[in-house]
This record gives sequence, C-alpha cells and structure tokens, in this order.
Amino acid sequence: MTTTIRAAATPPRTGAPRAGSRPFGLARHSLSLAGRSLIKTLRTPEQLLDVTLQPIIFVVIFVYLLGGAISGSQHAYLEFLLPAIMVQTVLFASIATGVSLNTDVEKGVFDRFRSLPIARSAPLVGSVVGDLVRFVVCIAVLFAFGYAIGFRIGTDPLSTLAACLLTIAFAFAVSWIGVLLGVLMRSPGAVQGTAFLLLFPLTFGTNMMVPTDTLPGWLQWWVGVNPVADVMEAARGLIIGGPVAGPVTRSLLWTVAIIAVFAPLAVRAYRRRA
Amino acid sequence: MSYAFEAEGLVKRFGTTTALAGIDLAARRGTVLGVLGPNGAGKTTAVRILATLLRPDSGRATVGGHDVVRDAGQVRRLIGLTGQYASVDEDLTGTQNLVLIGRLLDLSRRDARARAAELLAWFDLTDAAGRPAKTYSGGMRRRLDLAASLVGRPDVIYLDEPTTGLDPAKREEMWGVVRSLVDDGSTVLLTTQYLDEADALADEISVIDHGRVIAHGTPGELKRIAGSQTIVVRPTEPERIGEVADILRAGTGAEPELPRPGLLTVPVENDATFTAVVRRLDEAGIGVVELALRLPSLDEVFFTLTGHGAEEPTEVAA
Ligand SMILES: Nc1ncnc2c1ncn2[C@@H]1O[C@H](COP(=O)(O)OP(=O)(O)OP(=O)(O)O)[C@@H](O)[C@H]1O
Ligand SMILES: [Mg+2]
Repeated sequence: MTTTIRAAATPPRTGAPRAGSRPFGLARHSLSLAGRSLIKTLRTPEQLLDVTLQPIIFVVIFVYLLGGAISGSQHAYLEFLLPAIMVQTVLFASIATGVSLNTDVEKGVFDRFRSLPIARSAPLVGSVVGDLVRFVVCIAVLFAFGYAIGFRIGTDPLSTLAACLLTIAFAFAVSWIGVLLGVLMRSPGAVQGTAFLLLFPLTFGTNMMVPTDTLPGWLQWWVGVNPVADVMEAARGLIIGGPVAGPVTRSLLWTVAIIAVFAPLAVRAYRRRA
Repeated sequence: MSYAFEAEGLVKRFGTTTALAGIDLAARRGTVLGVLGPNGAGKTTAVRILATLLRPDSGRATVGGHDVVRDAGQVRRLIGLTGQYASVDEDLTGTQNLVLIGRLLDLSRRDARARAAELLAWFDLTDAAGRPAKTYSGGMRRRLDLAASLVGRPDVIYLDEPTTGLDPAKREEMWGVVRSLVDDGSTVLLTTQYLDEADALADEISVIDHGRVIAHGTPGELKRIAGSQTIVVRPTEPERIGEVADILRAGTGAEPELPRPGLLTVPVENDATFTAVVRRLDEAGIGVVELALRLPSLDEVFFTLTGHGAEEPTEVAA
C-alpha cells in the first residue's frame, strides 16, 4: 500500500489571521468570487460562442435581407441597427449569469461559500460582476464585425464608449433578474427558458429594427414604456448621433431601479433557500 | 465541561417528512463525536444545521458558545464543512479552489497560495494541483473537498460520511487524517454508516435513527449494549471443524454455532480471548481460510436497540 497522506505531519495552525478581520469584506470577497467566474469563462470560451455569433447572424439577416426594403440603403440600415443589436446581444449574454448560478446552487458549490464567514450576498455579487467581461467580449466582437462590413460611428469615440458603458450597466441590472430566477428555479434549463421568454418582448418590442412611427398603435405604446427601447435609443444617439439626454436619463433611472428592486430580492431569496 | 458544539432538541421538517425529531448532540473540545445512522436517519440535516446552512424548526445549537442561527457569522469563523457530496468547483484547478477559499478567509494572496500548496501536498494532490477538479477521481475530489474545509484551520470540523465510496486503503488514510486533526486540537463531528469506523475514530458515538438519538455512549459502552463481538473461523480442512469447535468452546466458554457448513462463530467478551484462540489454533496446526473478530454490524446494533433493522425510514410521525 502506498500511504500517500502523511497523516503524522499536520499542517501547522500558527499565525493565520482570523477571517473577517479586515475591512471592505464584501467588496474584496465579491471580487475574489468574480475572479472565479472569470476563470470559468476563460476556461470554456465556447460558452461565449452563441452570444457572439447570434448578433452577427442577426446583422447579416437584417441588413442584407431586409435593409434595402426597410430603409432603402443597406449602409444606412446598418448604422441604424447595430447600436440596438449591441444592446440586445448584451442582454442575452446576461442570461448566462442566472443559469450558471443555478448550476452552482444545485451542485452544492455554494454550500461551501455559505459556510464561510463572508456576506451572504458576496457569491451573487461575484457572479454578476465576473460576468461583466462577457459583455465586453460581445461588444468587441460585434463592433469588429460591424467595422468589417462598413459600419462607422457617427459621433466620437468617447460617446461610443459611453454608449457601451451604459449598455453594460443596464445589462448588469438585468443580470440581477437572472440571478433571482437562478436562485428560485429548480433547473438551469428552466432559468434559461424563462429568461428568454422575458427578453424576447423586451428586446424585439422596440424600435430596434424599424422606426417607432411605422409600428401599430399598441406596439408604439409598448415601445414607449419598454426600458430596453430607451437604452437602444440612448445607444443609437451616442453612437450615430441623435437625441441623447432624455433616453440616457431614462436608461440610468431604469438601471438604478432594477438593481434596487431585484438585487435585494435575489439576496433574500438566496438567504432563504435551504 | 467545555463543549465545542452542542445541540438541544433540534427539529427539522421537510414538508411531511420529519428529518429530525428533536435530537441532542454534543462534543467536548478536542474529541471526535461519531454520529452513526442508516440512510435517511437525519445525519446530513443535523450537520447542515450545525454548519448554519439550515435553520432548525425548533431547538437550538451552539458552536463555541455562539448560536448557529443568531450568531451565524461567528459560527462560520470556527467551522470547516466537508459535505457528503464534494462541493469543489469542477472548472477550477485544485490550487485555484483552495486559493479562492483562502482569499475568502482574508488570507493575503501569498498566504493563500502557501496554505493551498501545503494542503495539496498534505493530501498528495501536488501533481494534480494544476488540473481542473473535473479531471479528478472521486477519491481525489473528496480529498480536495476536505482540504478546502481545512484552509482556515477551523476549530470544529464536520465530516459528513467522509469515507463512503473510498477504497479500503484510502479509507484508512482518511482515518489517519481525522486522527491528526484531533491531535492538533480540533473537534470533529463525523457521520458514518459504519460501526467499525465510529469505533475506530470516535470518543463518543450518538446512534441516530428516524431523526432521534436512540443511543449514546463511548464505543465500548455501545458495543456492550449492542451485543458482544464474534469470532468467525473457517478451517482449511472442513473435517477438522470438530477440533476447532473444541478450541473455541474452551477459549470462550460459549457454545459455537455453525451458521453455514464449515464456518463456526462464537461470541466473545474481549479481544484477549481472540488472541488466545488464534494461538491455540496455531498450536494445533489448524489452517484457516477465514479468521476474524467481528464487531456487530450496524444492522445488528439497530436490531438490538430498536427491534428493527436499519432500513430506510418510512414516514416518521412528527
Ligand atoms: N431538502 C430536503 N427536502 C425534502 N426532504 C429532505 C430534504 N433533505 C432531507 N430530507 C429528508 O430528511 C430525511 C433525513 O435526511 P438526511 O439527508 O439528513 O439523512 P442522512 O442520515 O444524511 O442519510 P444518508 O445516509 O442517506 O446521507 C430523509 O427522509 C430525507 O428524505
Ligand atoms: Mg447524508
């Protein structure tokens, strides 16, 4: 027999600082856990395939199939469409957070975190923050593809950066809805399905593809109240030019409101889950 | 007396199932409490309550004097949990898993790395340290999981069936680990389905069934309640069974039984008798295919204590 564990020699107990003795615990622990999500994303880059390919396919279909008919010029339509597709893509990418969280909870990975002296919300914050990098990847791929087929920003790089950040902030907020689903629901598949059902009317029920005034009345009403329409409007204004102040303000308010409601709900649900 | 942890009257229901029907558990500092029970007895539920993962419906529990519900944060500073099913992150390497825990326990990056390397070496995982845990064998995962629960040098360690599914050699090694943890001053709660494991490791044993403690005592006390140990002999030459029976009768003063052709069993009071019997068989030149001193099985213990075997619980009345 090869006795591999040297049972006689114990790891020393000396000198370890007692956990929880340092300040800013929630921020540090969340960042450590975000690092974990990041490692997982980097280790399985194929997970990013669907969220990066999907917008490319959408752009190709809409611009080349419908662009001519909708706006008379494929190039003009590409300018109109791409900022909105960016918002849609990042929102779909945010679903993954809830799905992987559900997997972690089911598999018992979170049991370990829950037995550690860290804030109950840290694993949730960590997951959401760690997935921000997915959004950046999606945006980078989309812009690269857009530039390759002739898209050009109509404003300046700073405004474009602002549009990206606004979109990421909004997706960060929406991630918390995914987290709530991830904590409440019984299987990753259910989380994914429900999130898709929620996101379809939110992302397609907008002026993403056609100007609002061409829509039927009830849909115009929906576009008016739909926060995703505001974010798309803001992104469009910041990237290709157009009204900015109103949509940006509304987007930011929505972002704050969604976080304020869903982050505490998610943390509460997580605390309660046996 | 100073208890590392103490639970009184814990009750936990899941819908109509009563997982715990009011159990008391306690371990003195630096000892091992064995919690022995069949499937569904409530072992995991009790551990999860003591580890602050579940709230009891009633009753109370303290670890190091801190209430597991009201002072959960304080309790979490003292405990290390190795659950029944490994809860390592499969996408992370062994090192990454342990460093993450270290960072969450507020070790500096350097200390977390050092602690991870030390534990990986101790559990013989150094060669696999850089591989994702999903490539580990079941036994390796178990060890990594246990290592993860030791990163913070906890005072109280919960091990929920740590040897289930391990081969005999790995099981012995795990026993060695538990012993060295206790030598080091930790208090261990160990759940198991095997009486021999509880016998080998525990200072005291609580036998639980249907969410209740049905017996508590030192291993010696329990074995006395549960009935004596048994010598089992199967001679190489079946025709010499008569001689073997004579030796057993003389050695133990009890009448041997013949449960199967060629196999003799006889109850025995203490280990010394067994040694004497072995010597006499040897002197008589009787070869044996099988010769063992058996503890009563969990099933026999249960039969003695409850009048029924250790079967899966049906519905337990609240
Ligand atoms: N989350 C849960 N929901 C519903 N029932 C549960 C839950 N957890 C445990 N139970 C039930 O409570 C009882 C005790 O379960 P527990 O897991 O504590 O037993 P155990 O002694 O650990 O068993 P095993 O040896 O199989 O691990 C069982 O009847 C089980 O079905
Ligand atoms: Mg169990």
